[in-house]
Amino acid sequence: MKFYIPPQLTRLAIAFAIFISLFLVLRHFLVPDTFGEYGHYRGASLIDNALPEIHYAGQQACFDCHQDIEDLKKQDVHNDIHCETCHGPGQKHVLSGEAADILKPTGREFCGRCHSTNAAKQISAVFQIDLKKHNVNRNCLECHNPHQPWKMKK
Amino acid sequence: MEPHHYQHLYDILTHAQGYIFPNEIDLQWGILIVVYPFITGLVAGAFILASLERVFKVKVLKPTYQIALLTALSFLLVATMPLISHLSQPQRAYEILITPHSTSAMAIFGFVYLWYLMVVLLLEIWFDYRPSMVVWSNEKKGVMRLVYRILTLGVNDVSPRALKWDRKLGYIITVVGIPSAFILHGYVGFIFGSIKANPWWSTPLMPIIFLFSAMVSGIALVMLVYMIISYFRRTVIDLNVLDTIGKYLFFVLILDFTLEGLDQIQRIYEAEESFEIIKLLVSGKLYLTLFVAQGLVGTLIPLITLAFLQFYKHKIKVRKSMYLIVSILVLIGVYSMRWNVVIGGQLFSKSFSGFTSFKLGLIGLDGSLMAAFWLILPIGILTFLLWLLPPWKMVPEEE
Amino acid sequence: MENEKVKSSRRKFLKSAATLAGATIGYTWLKSSQFLLYGAEPEDKTLPWYGIVIDIEKCIGCGSCAKACKLENDVPKEPFFFRNWVEQYTVKNNGSVIIVSPNGGMDGFEQTVPDAETFKSFFVPKMCNHCAKSPCIQVCPVGATYDSPEGVVLVDEKYCIGCRYCVQACPYGCRFIHPVKKVANKCTLCYHRLKKNLAPACMEVCPTGARMYGNLRDKHSELVKFLKEHTTQVLRPHLNTGSKLYYNALSSEVR
Repeated sequence: MKFYIPPQLTRLAIAFAIFISLFLVLRHFLVPDTFGEYGHYRGASLIDNALPEIHYAGQQACFDCHQDIEDLKKQDVHNDIHCETCHGPGQKHVLSGEAADILKPTGREFCGRCHSTNAAKQISAVFQIDLKKHNVNRNCLECHNPHQPWKMKK
Repeated sequence: MEPHHYQHLYDILTHAQGYIFPNEIDLQWGILIVVYPFITGLVAGAFILASLERVFKVKVLKPTYQIALLTALSFLLVATMPLISHLSQPQRAYEILITPHSTSAMAIFGFVYLWYLMVVLLLEIWFDYRPSMVVWSNEKKGVMRLVYRILTLGVNDVSPRALKWDRKLGYIITVVGIPSAFILHGYVGFIFGSIKANPWWSTPLMPIIFLFSAMVSGIALVMLVYMIISYFRRTVIDLNVLDTIGKYLFFVLILDFTLEGLDQIQRIYEAEESFEIIKLLVSGKLYLTLFVAQGLVGTLIPLITLAFLQFYKHKIKVRKSMYLIVSILVLIGVYSMRWNVVIGGQLFSKSFSGFTSFKLGLIGLDGSLMAAFWLILPIGILTFLLWLLPPWKMVPEEE
Repeated sequence: MENEKVKSSRRKFLKSAATLAGATIGYTWLKSSQFLLYGAEPEDKTLPWYGIVIDIEKCIGCGSCAKACKLENDVPKEPFFFRNWVEQYTVKNNGSVIIVSPNGGMDGFEQTVPDAETFKSFFVPKMCNHCAKSPCIQVCPVGATYDSPEGVVLVDEKYCIGCRYCVQACPYGCRFIHPVKKVANKCTLCYHRLKKNLAPACMEVCPTGARMYGNLRDKHSELVKFLKEHTTQVLRPHLNTGSKLYYNALSSEVR
């Protein structure tokens, strides 16, 4: 009497055993190889995240060819501004050397992004100018060299 | 992504109020995530009502026992679908089962679901129906004979000793099933309650609130299903059954109302950082669904009606219709509660300074037609199950 | 006879319940390190542990950072997806606070509140805080977002299932679902640039040096020196996210 195991339990035990082993086998094949290497994630993802191409080259890459601009910039207040802040992503231009592959921005609005007056701009290091009053209808570049802004052109 | 989807976002942008973080323009969890807790809540609630009969020996509810279990099963079979159809990479859904992240409440879903489906619900139904299925497999001919034979898993022993084991094992499963049902739906509450970033969701009470409103919805559903089945089968609706279910519904509804009320009262009293924006949310965008649909229609009216029926039940002849209406109102109320939690929590910005707006689409994997489909499909499944495993044709228990 | 059967089934139930309880407690204890705040500092001390400083006193709201980020990282141009954006706070004389971020600040800002009504105004750049105890990592159900050995919070785009739990869990609103890739996306601190010893794009283009990144373990780094010499705060400190984005001159209106 003591060793009686009900037939339901035996049949169910077999069914569950099959199910669980199937699951474990499937799992073995489905879990990515590098999973768990560094933590609960796919280790290979670190490589995936390091793969994308860069679009901004960094200003040292600019100076490799444009030494003259670097020297000019050093003398004036735009010294600390990196080239690509205004010129946009430069990697394509670094690789191709084509002028068309990089921006040469002009226009009052562009300069105004930094220089227009705004109550929120507390920093005294940025010169602020009221663009509605200063030389309206003229391009900033008519008087200012962006690489040497205080050396007026006229 | 097609440009017309961006058009949908531009539209929402025109309706945004105040300041929202730029990424918050589109709600991440839509109507499907409202439907999912509603469905698992029905499952948990229906199961707990069934357990009342089995474990606490509430004999009056016997006619609803199998109905409750089959209803729970029908909804449980559909439960995963709103989740999978809402993922933006549904073909990777299996990852939750193979590399579940132990710190994520969502990760336990796969296993809790499988446990509840296979170890609790299917087994309980199996133990209960096995003797009948053995009889049916002998009576039927052709394909059905084979079907029932397979369903019995080949265990054809119907000796008194085997039958006693059916009942004993079924009882154990039911007992194990009660905490399992709590976890099946409680973890959904925890998913919301543990998000410290969202003050509308973040409260320790959330799993408990979800659970009690789940029980309310499940009980109401069983009442409704019992009435509908009896109507179609043209059998008499036992008013004792309705009165008993109504009693449980009344008490659980009081508990649910108290808990949700407590959550809100505490929130109003403490009035911490997020209170100002939540006050605007509740009195503005959420007014209809919270105060009218969930509060008035879904809670207060049913509570008053049920309280009335508790005292005067024997004098009211129309209580069948009253129970019918109450159960439908309660279901609307609980659905609204899920809406208010899920959608409400995403309508205000985490900057606490503005609101976005929710545009419910009709078509598409995330639209209301899809949601309606997932809600109606279980009814189809239930009809099929009632045909396959008719409770009224079961072999009567000897005892 | 009947009594014995009841007793034996009760005994059986109690035994299985006790085993289950014991196993759960044992497992929890064994795995207790998982339930603690998932290790604030990564183990490999030879690698840098990246932190970020944003100096609100220096930010002029030019939006170059927001623009550069989108150009560097192929983020869709539409105003609904930002890894990095700038907000302008204007506190009016009557005490009300107006916050704006037109197109994430990418095109710069125009002053909308006249000087006469303005009590004070400032810009606040926002980005992923690369939290050391990140809630977004905590809630990911499959392990598709993680803390790299350098302390950069990254997304595994090939593994993410798009459940959006991480987007909900981030208190800073810095995550979104990429409309084309259909997986979670966010600032990666330009991990692909860090690996080439290049600065993140936003740091590269900031004209005023308002943004800084560096190795929190290196006591001589510019970053750590700045932290030592200035009073910095993180956003939502009460949420204990271990945010590694330190703001200088953060005003109390900022969320």
